[in-house]
Amino acid sequence: MQRLENAVLSKAKELLESGKVSRVLGWTKGEFCYDVSPCVFNTVDELKNFVYNGFCGANLSKYLINESKKEGKIAVFLKPCDTYSYNQLVKEHRIKVENVYAVGVECQGKFDIEKFYAKGVGFVASVEEGLTEVKVNGETVLNRNDVKLERCLVCNKKHVAGEEIVELNEKLPSDSDRFEMVKKLEAMTADERFAFWKKELSKCIRCNACRNVCPACNCTKCVFDNPNSEVSAKANATSFEEQMFHIIRAFHVAGRCTDCGECSRVCPQNIPLHLLNRKFISDIDKLYGEYQAGEDTTSKGPLTSFTKEDAEPSDAVGGNK
Amino acid sequence: MKAILKDKLNLLYEEISKKCELYLPTKEKGALNFKKFDGENEVDIESLQTVKSAKDFFFPQTEDMVNFKTEGKNIEIIDAREKIETYVIFGVRACDYKSFEILDRVFLVEPVDTMYKNRRENAVIFTLACNNPHASCFCKNFGIDASSPKGDVECYDVDGYLFFNPLTEKGAQIVNGLTCLEEVKGEDKVDALKKDITKKIEKLPFSNLDLSKFKGENLMELFNRPEWEELSEACLGCGTCTFVCPTCQCFDIRDFKTNSGIKRFRCWDSCMYSDFTQMAAENPRKTQMQRYRQRFMHKLCYYPSNNDGIYSCVGCGRCVKKCPQSLNIVKVIKKIGGEKND
Ligand code: SF4
Ligand code: SF4
Ligand code: SF4
Ligand code: SF4
Repeated sequence: MQRLENAVLSKAKELLESGKVSRVLGWTKGEFCYDVSPCVFNTVDELKNFVYNGFCGANLSKYLINESKKEGKIAVFLKPCDTYSYNQLVKEHRIKVENVYAVGVECQGKFDIEKFYAKGVGFVASVEEGLTEVKVNGETVLNRNDVKLERCLVCNKKHVAGEEIVELNEKLPSDSDRFEMVKKLEAMTADERFAFWKKELSKCIRCNACRNVCPACNCTKCVFDNPNSEVSAKANATSFEEQMFHIIRAFHVAGRCTDCGECSRVCPQNIPLHLLNRKFISDIDKLYGEYQAGEDTTSKGPLTSFTKEDAEPSDAVGGNK
Repeated sequence: MKAILKDKLNLLYEEISKKCELYLPTKEKGALNFKKFDGENEVDIESLQTVKSAKDFFFPQTEDMVNFKTEGKNIEIIDAREKIETYVIFGVRACDYKSFEILDRVFLVEPVDTMYKNRRENAVIFTLACNNPHASCFCKNFGIDASSPKGDVECYDVDGYLFFNPLTEKGAQIVNGLTCLEEVKGEDKVDALKKDITKKIEKLPFSNLDLSKFKGENLMELFNRPEWEELSEACLGCGTCTFVCPTCQCFDIRDFKTNSGIKRFRCWDSCMYSDFTQMAAENPRKTQMQRYRQRFMHKLCYYPSNNDGIYSCVGCGRCVKKCPQSLNIVKVIKKIGGEKND
């Protein structure tokens, strides 16, 4: 994967040197291989800290809301899943496209550092990445699937945006069903399902990481942050409040959530937030025909357009009572 | 030394919980947090850290302060403070224990925060030495010794036993009253464990940071450093770092209208939030860079200036592990903390 990093880096250099763009949005080195951060590079010299590896899970598209409004063109590197978020943001007129030069980058699935720890590797000093295997600290060989983020295990996304793509290997397909757990939840009784979510959501500390990282959560001022809304979000007083927050958020991103998986990646309490969104996605698929948010930048979304044939509320895909 | 076989720990938990409430690190749905012992907990004292820190016991995320009941023109004021009886917190790490001292300097100075005091005074704290410190731990920089975690009773997990070293009277009282404990010769083993921990800590990547720049006299220079821009660039303003931090102490006080009156509560707040400290009209820190700078300047410069040089970070590494974008206090220290940070 070192070769891939070099290829992406050369692309960044080329774009800056040729003057095609004045800034590059990518990822910068941390203290270790796994603590990389999103970063804007202004010069070729700054690119010495550029990194592209299996820990670049962070989706850069949301940063473009602000970055594309600044002067000059900015290049951005987008993994397949990120391109859907990008398109969706373009569709919602949140990004000034004329100021963006999007480049797709190869992705064979990004890592969840916790999964390395769970495999007994206490400290991850280095990871040599192969397509199906990784070698940690020069000795331990792990199956790549065993250390991937959940979203990457079920990902079959292809680049749907970008002027060009930097790719050395074709992406390996996944044969996992992303709705497997949704189906399990639907098969539960209402009480079981309620107990499941109560346990999960009671861990929530209302840190807002899920909301702030979410490309679909792009309101200038969230209702939960508005003191005049009388929501008093920070009170987080009862478990009901936590549920309200998550239910409102899930409804608000329904039909716009691309299933990029960032919410679940960032949750400090490991709450499987993607399951809420995937339930909406699977319901939309059933009621309106298969729909993938962010596949393009122009089509009307099923929940933001009206046709006489639209499903009635009573058609909702309920679980067991 | 008093000790118990590790596979009999449940007996210990049960005996303590018969005397008083017992809270201990519990795994639930894949996350480790302190939970009250109810006989069913999936207790985990091997994993190093809980997601939320132990500060929650004294300074919970939300709490009611006072209720007002209105009837016609009369307002009745009802004290909403809970009655707290002695309770045990089990498995607190050295860093979290040190954080109590930092919080005490805020909540126990005049005017004393009685809600905090009430909870603090009634707690008996069993700490646990860190057999396997993590690469993100940097407690050593703050004079914390993970092999001697302090508290009311220190616990050592070695050789299949958990050994107890009571340090205070209230700690000794509980330990001496426990019939499930036996007398085991363990001093040598505990000493060897301590040495081993000290060796491990010394080898951690962040154990020797240079904090020398963080002094009150450098305040303006630090405040104006241009690096804050790049350090904070990717910050989402989510507040995760503040909510998992054992020393973050900001709160908001608000009133809720209820059917029969008003409930006044306080809840954690975060300097990372856009609606933090709505002074008069609005938050004076308008950009995320300013908010980010506030968090770290408070920990490394403002607090120590007002508190005999004590930093308000204990190096627990939670913000290092949990920031969604891997921004954290170590990166700040390395960038602007002193010459000896490479
Ligand atoms: S990231 Fe997790 S803990 Fe934070 S608000 Fe979202 S669900 Fe709650
Ligand atoms: S530093 Fe990290 S955890 Fe803290 S507010 Fe910013 S993004 Fe969130
Ligand atoms: S600032 Fe970070 S490392 Fe320091 S005490 Fe808070 S969470 Fe722990
Ligand atoms: S920071 Fe130190 S005391 Fe805290 S868990 Fe790590 S090693 Fe233990």
